[in-house]
Amino acid sequence: MTFEYAPAPESRSIVSIKPKYGHFINGSFVAGKKHFPTINPATEEILSHIALGGISDVDKAVMAAQKAYTKTWSKLSGKERGKYLYRIARILQERAREFAVLETLDNGKPIRETRDIDIPLVAAHFFYHAGWADKLDYAGLGHSPKAYGVAGQIIPWNFPLLMLAWKVAPALATGNTVVLKPAETTSLTALLFAEVCQQAELPDGVVNIVTGDGSTGSAIVNHPGVHKIAFTGSTDVGKKIARAIASTDKKATLELGGKGANIVFDDAPIDETVEGIVNGIFFNQGHVCCAGSRLIVQESVAEEIIEKLKVRMAKIRVGDPLDKNTDLGAINSKEQLVKIKELSAIGDVEGAERWSPQCNLSDKGFWFAPTIFTGVTQAHRIAQEEIFGPVLSVLTFRTPQEAMDKANNTPFGLSAGIWSEKGSRIFWASQHLKAGVIWANTFNKFDPASPFGGYKESGWGREGGKHGLAAYLKTGKETGAK
Amino acid sequence: MSFYGLVDGSEKSLIHFLDQLSGVDQVGAEARAAMLATRSIKTSSKKWAIETAISMVDLTTLEGADTPGKVRALCSKAVRPDPTDPTVPSVGAVCVYNDMVEIARTHLDSIGGKHVPVAAVSTAFPSGRASMEVKIQDTQDAIDAGAAEIDMVIDRGAFLAGNYGLVFDEIVKIREVCGDKAHLKVIFETGELVTYDNVRKASYLAMLAGADFIKTSTGKVAPAATPPVVLVMLEAVRDFYSMTQRRIGVKPAGGIRTTKDAIKQLVLVNETAGPEWLTPDLFRIGASALLNDLLMQRMKMSDGYYASPNYVTID
Repeated sequence: MTFEYAPAPESRSIVSIKPKYGHFINGSFVAGKKHFPTINPATEEILSHIALGGISDVDKAVMAAQKAYTKTWSKLSGKERGKYLYRIARILQERAREFAVLETLDNGKPIRETRDIDIPLVAAHFFYHAGWADKLDYAGLGHSPKAYGVAGQIIPWNFPLLMLAWKVAPALATGNTVVLKPAETTSLTALLFAEVCQQAELPDGVVNIVTGDGSTGSAIVNHPGVHKIAFTGSTDVGKKIARAIASTDKKATLELGGKGANIVFDDAPIDETVEGIVNGIFFNQGHVCCAGSRLIVQESVAEEIIEKLKVRMAKIRVGDPLDKNTDLGAINSKEQLVKIKELSAIGDVEGAERWSPQCNLSDKGFWFAPTIFTGVTQAHRIAQEEIFGPVLSVLTFRTPQEAMDKANNTPFGLSAGIWSEKGSRIFWASQHLKAGVIWANTFNKFDPASPFGGYKESGWGREGGKHGLAAYLKTGKETGAK
Repeated sequence: MSFYGLVDGSEKSLIHFLDQLSGVDQVGAEARAAMLATRSIKTSSKKWAIETAISMVDLTTLEGADTPGKVRALCSKAVRPDPTDPTVPSVGAVCVYNDMVEIARTHLDSIGGKHVPVAAVSTAFPSGRASMEVKIQDTQDAIDAGAAEIDMVIDRGAFLAGNYGLVFDEIVKIREVCGDKAHLKVIFETGELVTYDNVRKASYLAMLAGADFIKTSTGKVAPAATPPVVLVMLEAVRDFYSMTQRRIGVKPAGGIRTTKDAIKQLVLVNETAGPEWLTPDLFRIGASALLNDLLMQRMKMSDGYYASPNYVTID
């Protein structure tokens, strides 16, 4: 007698995908010259063809953004800008199901996550920043902070629309205009967002979206009309951007890679800790810059935790991302799957012990079973390098100080988790961890009011919350005020 | 004495055992239960779940106004929940007060319901505020009258005062009275224990003392069988099985009124304790109104439309 869940697929009839898309410049869609296919990573079905933006497309978009900044957007009061943001937020909520289905099709992440996490957070970011638009004088950034002008924004494929919201909402609230490039494999929800901008009657040129690859992103970074760069992606590309803007007066925020430490003390609430470990590394197929990809567990409870973790992992439902009961969807691209396989193979070679539950993975599409490596030490590459997939490295520690030392022994410093029922230990550990975001007895929780960002090679600046506003505003002497 | 080789029955050994249990993080437990509530159960799996849930219902009447007539009607419904469709299974048990046990047993036997056990609430249900002698007599009475299942309440006052030994001893004594004649379900009244840490401790106390089932509530106090409470109890029986190789049953009772609620409970069982628990021997749902909603949904699945409520019998 078993309780098999019958397939419960979300209908995709709510979305209509055009066979080909252009760029969104100055309030309308303009045809692209060259195109490349975008696929559903769960089936390899070609969903549409996306325009490959070149230098001239970026130039047009920046010109439109400059014009919109000078002529309209900078002349509106904060209150008026706020109205547009509220309107966008409401439309996003009204069309939430459409966005959720489209995101799942294009990205491969489960509908449960797009429906319950990505899209609600997207709307929340617009609502939150709408509220700031007319209160910037009171944000603690000095008197009358000023917008930079045109913000060039380059976002990744792991949370396509959510990263758009993280970038666009604060930029607009603070009075900047935007040229945004979505990731090559996940442009569709950004293009649907362009329709939302039209529906909200946002003034032309305030948001411009140019699709393309790394060369398109590079054109945005190097365009002299762009005053501020906001980038989320790999540390390698982040370093290239930092080099490119050195000796210019461009400002930048960079959200880069991570190798988050999820630290479990012996007094942790075991069952919820196991849930938190699963959520830390298998949320969004582990395609999360702040994923808890290193489990650092006190040796005295390691065996129990690993045993329970394996039981729990066997319950993870891997499969059709559109099925409402799917927990783990498809890997976003063939390229990423190859990278995950390579790094996992290195784990095997270095002598870590690999374990995955039995999973029936489809032949079509890109799939990787949830995986843990035990017996990992600091000297393993899988303890150092970001895998960006559903692969967890398990390390152990003996004393609290040793846990801190191991957690901090990485060039990254984005996130960390602490699991303990002892409040004093949580505060002690959070003071010693060099990570931008630290969760206690939870993991991967996001809120627009909470600033997010990294230490060390995990990034520059903060996004979200009051701190995130500063990244889009000139303050003090920068404003030219005396 | 030894209880599964885990404690010797002394208060000291109990406190030692309970102290080494891991705490429950409230936010995390509630988040997990909420996530599992999003599972979408459709078509063939929904049909299976509805029929399984019917077979797990402890059809209950626990009112001061209970009469022989009311109890007989309940028994008829328990044996043949849908008189027009013999493929609908009988419910798991009928659950009544002590003095109604004999009436229920006799009536069940006379209508072809020998397979449906009678459960009696016991030990000065629902408050448990009586002397041990009274509680023992209450239980003995019910067993003598034909109860095959005893739903006892723990002494919540003793539990909250930290007198774990007293709570434990009472369960052990009632277990002795039940012997091999009756299954013992131990009711915690989780709405009075309040915290999940307490629910976990009570679960282990009851299991160690010899409970066959652990049960959330009397139905007289809200909140009762909330999904996170049931989650914590399912974790306890799962972990107790890995310690002792013995499977203890779980019975949520109170507040489960709709098919949707019941299916959420089955999902919790499936993904926490595991599919081995998806049998009336190890999972029961204490309810009264739930049964008719299950029948309505079952009809809807076979006919394709919602029938008038008059197509299901009120009792």
